[in-house]
Amino acid sequence: MSVLQALDIGLAFLVFAVAAWTIFARGGFAATVGYVVYGLLLSLVWIRLFAVDVALTEAAIGSGVTGVLLIGAAARLRGAETEADEKSLRGLPRLFIAGLCVLVALALAAVVLLFPDSGPSLAPQAMRHLPETGLGNPVTAVLIAYRAFDTMLEKAVLVLAVVGVWSLAADRYWGGAPGEARAERPEPTLAFLAQVLAPLGILVGIHIFWVGADEPGGAFQGGAILAAMWMIVMMARLTEAPRTSAFWLRLALVAGPLVFLIAGVGGAIFAGRFFAYPPGFAKPAILFIEAFMVLSIAVALPMLVAGPPRREPRADRSR
Amino acid sequence: MTSATLAGLVGAALVGLGLYGLIANPQPLRKILAFNVMGSGVFLVFGIVARKGAAAGLPSDPVPQAMVITGIVVAFAASALAVALVLRLFEETGRATLSPDAWTKPSGEGAEAE
Amino acid sequence: MSLVDLFSIVAIGAGVFFFLAGTVGLLRFPDGLSRLHALTKADNLGLGLIVLGLLPRAESPLAAFKLVAIWALVQLAGATTAQLVGRAVRRKGTAA
Repeated sequence: MSVLQALDIGLAFLVFAVAAWTIFARGGFAATVGYVVYGLLLSLVWIRLFAVDVALTEAAIGSGVTGVLLIGAAARLRGAETEADEKSLRGLPRLFIAGLCVLVALALAAVVLLFPDSGPSLAPQAMRHLPETGLGNPVTAVLIAYRAFDTMLEKAVLVLAVVGVWSLAADRYWGGAPGEARAERPEPTLAFLAQVLAPLGILVGIHIFWVGADEPGGAFQGGAILAAMWMIVMMARLTEAPRTSAFWLRLALVAGPLVFLIAGVGGAIFAGRFFAYPPGFAKPAILFIEAFMVLSIAVALPMLVAGPPRREPRADRSR
Repeated sequence: MTSATLAGLVGAALVGLGLYGLIANPQPLRKILAFNVMGSGVFLVFGIVARKGAAAGLPSDPVPQAMVITGIVVAFAASALAVALVLRLFEETGRATLSPDAWTKPSGEGAEAE
Repeated sequence: MSLVDLFSIVAIGAGVFFFLAGTVGLLRFPDGLSRLHALTKADNLGLGLIVLGLLPRAESPLAAFKLVAIWALVQLAGATTAQLVGRAVRRKGTAA
């Protein structure tokens, strides 16, 4: 057994063990911390599958931003865990359900084991047309060029999720700001981290977005890092979340899918087909669309984590 | 057994684990966690499909990779909405539970309309 | 095996040893503050030695600079988190 195989087997066991901890742990907070660790280990598995863009996305969004969301929720729900009024399954129904889940897992495992060694693949077609898009990273090409419509709809899903979260506010808070107000004397440690990390993080985020055209990276990963920087500044209470009725906020949220849609329609006008890019103009158009996507993602993710508005909109319009 | 097959088997196990956690855990936050575990297991099975599609000089088919990236972002959006719902439920009723008994018990708080 | 390889192996091995020591401390120490103490050793020394071992094998000076930058950022985040966790442990007892 080679060293790499030993690493794979050890990693597989570790991922399964941490996932089992997440499901079976006693408290909600412990389970959530287990989930964040599980997400980071999963990124390593994705690297072993040679999918580096997916590993970056899993580490940034799957484990990072989702982790912030869930840890915040678990901290707030800590007083709500009473086992007394929870009728959890005991005995025979629980065994039955466990048996069914094992059956599902075994069926999937059988399917995985029955896969042939190599199967049909769209990689040749993706690589054949890659020079026309001017990009070097095939995954970015799939996201923004070949399957641009799917990505635009995914951005629309993000905007819909923000609308859904905002609509959960109580009537009197509608239009107000989520989260806590800016602190007069923010806590020094967290403020120090935010002040040092945020400029670096913004640089790294923009770099990962820009480099995603030719190397692993891209709009989602870069946007998630920018979102994380805004979130840490808000968590340090050096700034407060904007009012949800602010025009610039709503414009930034919608800018991503809107620019995408305009580009798609523009493709119909200038290049003959919906979402076609004019030849020779493809890379600038793609980077232009991606820039607005990064803006939308960097604004949507913190708004989703901040939650519905909890402070009343002030009568005056001053910010 | 290649690393891809191993990852696929882990993905299958995670789907079973997440499904069990989704059904058996009564608390909504744990259900959201289990749902995320199950989702990432499904993405791992996608990953083995991508790896088996290695061709044209690429170690992994880019189309399933792009679909998984899309899936991760959409799963986060769904989790955010679910968490917002659970927190709102907690704010209104003081308890985060999905059991129907909690609603039929008469109580003073939680009776004002949203 | 060249001298550079030997240096990498020794440095990475020492780094792994510190990570192991930190994990054992996390699992075996009695209370929150001493566990934090063990973990910061893993951050500082463990990662630092591993980065040191990887530096001769970096493809370019830029890649080597990125490795050192990663170590510095992990130290920054780890130190801040340790401060905050320590403060919470002191305020609320170990049930934080």
